[in-house]
Amino acid sequence: MSKITSLADLKKKRQELQAGMDIRVKAIDPENVVQIKVAMATCGIASGAKTVMEFFLEQLERRNIAAVVTQTGCMGYCYAEPTIEVKLPGQDPVVYGFVDLKRADQIIEKYIKTGEMVDGIIPVNYQIIDLKE
Amino acid sequence: MKELALNILDIVQNSIRAEADHISIEIRESEQLNLYQIIITDNGKGIPEGMLEHVADPFVTSRTRRRMGLGLPLLKYHADLAGGELKINSEVGKGTIVNATFRYNHIDRQPLGDITGVLKILIASNPGISFIYNHTVGNREYTFSTQETKEFLMVDKLYEMDLLQDIGLMIKENLKEINASGISFLEITGIKS
Repeated sequence: MSKITSLADLKKKRQELQAGMDIRVKAIDPENVVQIKVAMATCGIASGAKTVMEFFLEQLERRNIAAVVTQTGCMGYCYAEPTIEVKLPGQDPVVYGFVDLKRADQIIEKYIKTGEMVDGIIPVNYQIIDLKE
Repeated sequence: MKELALNILDIVQNSIRAEADHISIEIRESEQLNLYQIIITDNGKGIPEGMLEHVADPFVTSRTRRRMGLGLPLLKYHADLAGGELKINSEVGKGTIVNATFRYNHIDRQPLGDITGVLKILIASNPGISFIYNHTVGNREYTFSTQETKEFLMVDKLYEMDLLQDIGLMIKENLKEINASGISFLEITGIKS
């Protein structure tokens, strides 16, 4: 692979890449894809949320799963960081704690692919009774 | 935090929460002046004057749900530890400048670490924010701008993983070129770390 050192190289590589495959139509409708939010506050970052997020970004693409991976603030489960929230289309979100790369892999292989729950769920009630902001 | 890049990722979260849409991350290193400096500038809503004196206090935060924030205190701690200091300038409605200095050769100054990974995460999860990254080593410098990259490639988002990966490689290659310190260049030389 040739080195990419400038924007021109980047453009060239991209054109080569696109010539080799059909133009992927990527009109992602967030409601119909898996949504993953990685808690990325001080607590999360300090316990490895960056590695976990990189893992999801890379692996979901590699395993051909349509997903939106994004970051969010502290969810209040600092003791269980890194935490992520996974929302499968049409379902309630599920929050997983202590997500290391091994658990992240299980979440993709089991929960996201087959819907089977994986260890590490933090029970959360999404029906808010009294929200004092 | 094991590396300065993680501190940067953390401090930028403040800017994102302050609704900034232009965030610049500047790193200046000078062996000659014995200075390592990180400057994060945003155009977010700013910090009110009364609050400004207290931001480095861990029990101060702008959140209402949880009354603690450790981002800036941690950065201050690392700066103090390495013979430097943390300065914050802010104006309500205009934005905030966080300026952390370290002694370059101080044994407790952490390495920069995986800054390209941090940039990739920031770009991937904040498509609406324009980021500028500027790194100066002595008299050599490198600047990466999401805006410029989008215009040059004629795309409206940089989210695609292949593209992000290549952007990461490009930034790394350039940082190696200007001799930036504290970054692992193993992956661009072909060895997987």
